[in-house]
Amino acid sequence: MAYKQYLLICGGTACESNKGIALNENLKRAIAAHGLEKDVQIVTTGCFGFCEKGPIIKVLPEETFYVHVKPEDAAEIVAEHCVKGRPVTRLLYDPSQSKAHVKLEDVDFYQKQFRIVLRNCGVIDPDSVNEYIARDGYAALEKVLFEMTPEEVIAELQKSGLRGRGGAGFPTYRKWLFTKDVKADQKYIVCNADEGDPGAYMDRSTLEGDPHSVIEAMIIAGHTVGADKGYVYIRAEYPLAIRRLEKAIADCHELGLLGQNILGSDFSFEIELRLGAGAFVCGEETALLASIEGKRGMPKPRPPFPAIKGLWGKPTVINNVETLASIPVILHRGGDWYNKIGTETSKGTKVFALTGKVKNSGLIEVPMGTTLREIIFDIGGGIRDGKKFKAAQTGGPSGGVLTPDFLDIPIDYESLGKLGSIMGSGGLIVMDEDDCIVDVAKFYLEFTVDESCGKCAPCRIGGRTLQQLLEKITNGNGELSDLDTMKEIGMAMQKASLCGLGQTAPNPVMSTIRYFEEEYREHILDRHCRARKCKNLIQYNITDKCVGCTVCARVCPAQCISGKVKEQHVIDQERCIKCGQCMASCKFSAITKG
Amino acid sequence: MKKLTLADLRKFRDEKRRELDRRDPTNKDVQIVVAMGTCGIAAGAKKSFAAILDELEKRQLGTVVVRQVGCMGLCHSEPNVEVIMPDMPTVIYGKVDEKLARRIVGEHVVGKALIDDAICDRPSGDIIG
Repeated sequence: MAYKQYLLICGGTACESNKGIALNENLKRAIAAHGLEKDVQIVTTGCFGFCEKGPIIKVLPEETFYVHVKPEDAAEIVAEHCVKGRPVTRLLYDPSQSKAHVKLEDVDFYQKQFRIVLRNCGVIDPDSVNEYIARDGYAALEKVLFEMTPEEVIAELQKSGLRGRGGAGFPTYRKWLFTKDVKADQKYIVCNADEGDPGAYMDRSTLEGDPHSVIEAMIIAGHTVGADKGYVYIRAEYPLAIRRLEKAIADCHELGLLGQNILGSDFSFEIELRLGAGAFVCGEETALLASIEGKRGMPKPRPPFPAIKGLWGKPTVINNVETLASIPVILHRGGDWYNKIGTETSKGTKVFALTGKVKNSGLIEVPMGTTLREIIFDIGGGIRDGKKFKAAQTGGPSGGVLTPDFLDIPIDYESLGKLGSIMGSGGLIVMDEDDCIVDVAKFYLEFTVDESCGKCAPCRIGGRTLQQLLEKITNGNGELSDLDTMKEIGMAMQKASLCGLGQTAPNPVMSTIRYFEEEYREHILDRHCRARKCKNLIQYNITDKCVGCTVCARVCPAQCISGKVKEQHVIDQERCIKCGQCMASCKFSAITKG
Repeated sequence: MKKLTLADLRKFRDEKRRELDRRDPTNKDVQIVVAMGTCGIAAGAKKSFAAILDELEKRQLGTVVVRQVGCMGLCHSEPNVEVIMPDMPTVIYGKVDEKLARRIVGEHVVGKALIDDAICDRPSGDIIG
């Protein structure tokens, strides 16, 4: 007997951490209480992307889209919607609309998106290999095993124009070709799932929402280059992604999609997981390989490139999660189809983790060449609280800022490079007028200094010196000559560091100096922080609006506010720790920050 | 479960695809709407609903969405079923028992012919809005 109704509930980490698990359990309980187990199926899916509105439930076939659903709403949804067929209006995405069903494509957030990598996220149950297969899963593998030669597979990838999504944008077909053409008794396929940028969760969501897409691509890669063993290097901090991958691998073994003689062919392939301990540098491919080998995760000079001499000295293809997840679709639908999407030099789509001061933060996928304006204002819904857009950081700690002047530039690998940023793995952090640009640069630099492995001097010493200079400036002790010193150090790091971490670490500093030099000069010359973020450059003062209610004096943790009842109070600037509690507690707006 | 061969996988995919298609409303232009208010359920709408699904499955009709809604306001003729499809007037059928439910799929959806003796009047606009 078939189900009549399907409740698709988001099982991504973002929604699960927002009481999604309790909601799921309550739904199950309510469905059982109404005796609807045979009528209504609960499908726990991967990330819908619209994390801002989570937890999300989509009811099919009606296409009702519920947002911000709390565990206590479960009973009402089941009693009203599942039993009586009446939508719970207050939980609808847009309660004002008369129609209860809203197609996802009609929601602003999804309109400019194009989902290839995330094709199954929010659509299928990631724990069900059946549902993946039903959505053309392992169809590309069929083709590769029985209809195409390895040369044809690589030619198809070349036609597609796919480039590595881990950041650098190296053509994927070339990596595969290098490894294929080397003669060796053993070759390896490695999936780089060591995503560590602050604010980035693209790979995590892909693995959580559609683990089979990555597994299928790894098997295809193995067959194409002649490898029979694959490793997924994934952060131990991603327990849900790990669990779903493990389940997916076990299911594949059971069905004969992994293991000996896959689908009755003469090809065999195994996949193992390797958990990373959370070092950012292990996202760099040579450090990652060292870590898989059980050594300390430190990069090695290239060449030799891993494609020729990689894991345990054997030729190794290393691809990022997003790159791999695109491959089954490309081979199934053809390289020409993929090639039509995107810009001249950058084909296909890119997943971004859109975060920061936008209204709709979430996981999005757009064709290459989409503008920043479309991403931030059409998909992201604009800046929160009516504030002004100041800058967007792409590429995380390895990238740079984009200013309002560049809102209309189509985003691809080349355009971002020209502007002093990088595509990176896809973190996109939006900043408004309340963010201090010097402080942002300092934040990213602190991150990379912390994560530097210390092997090479430019990164180890250069990073630390840059950080000290930024601290000096934000403390109000900066000198104009510091700007030139920082540029010089930055350039040296870019040229002389051993790996990508050090080479790109100065990018946030260099790019903020390039576009916001004015703001650096304000910090140095006027000792002024326009965003009022740098503590040592701001002062709290009590104006004559003060009625002497004594609240501020009582909340001040440093006890540096004095004054008599019903008289204007005074802050002792020497002892003030700039915590801002006085301002927050004042009911008469008598305290200013400047 | 035994290991799949290529032919098994293809067969398996077709089967699973049909299952998944049932929940996916995209590209489906025929809608069958069953009124499932308390009154409808009491009058046997659940059985009619099941019969419709069963008939669609038997005939392997992939382009039909079956939805349930609340009371249509036609309590005198429950269970009610509305059929919305291109090239046909939108019609509400009344007193849809299992037999009629199967006829609706066969005669209306597939045969594109109205089942005259079972058609109900549409309620006035202010009732169904």
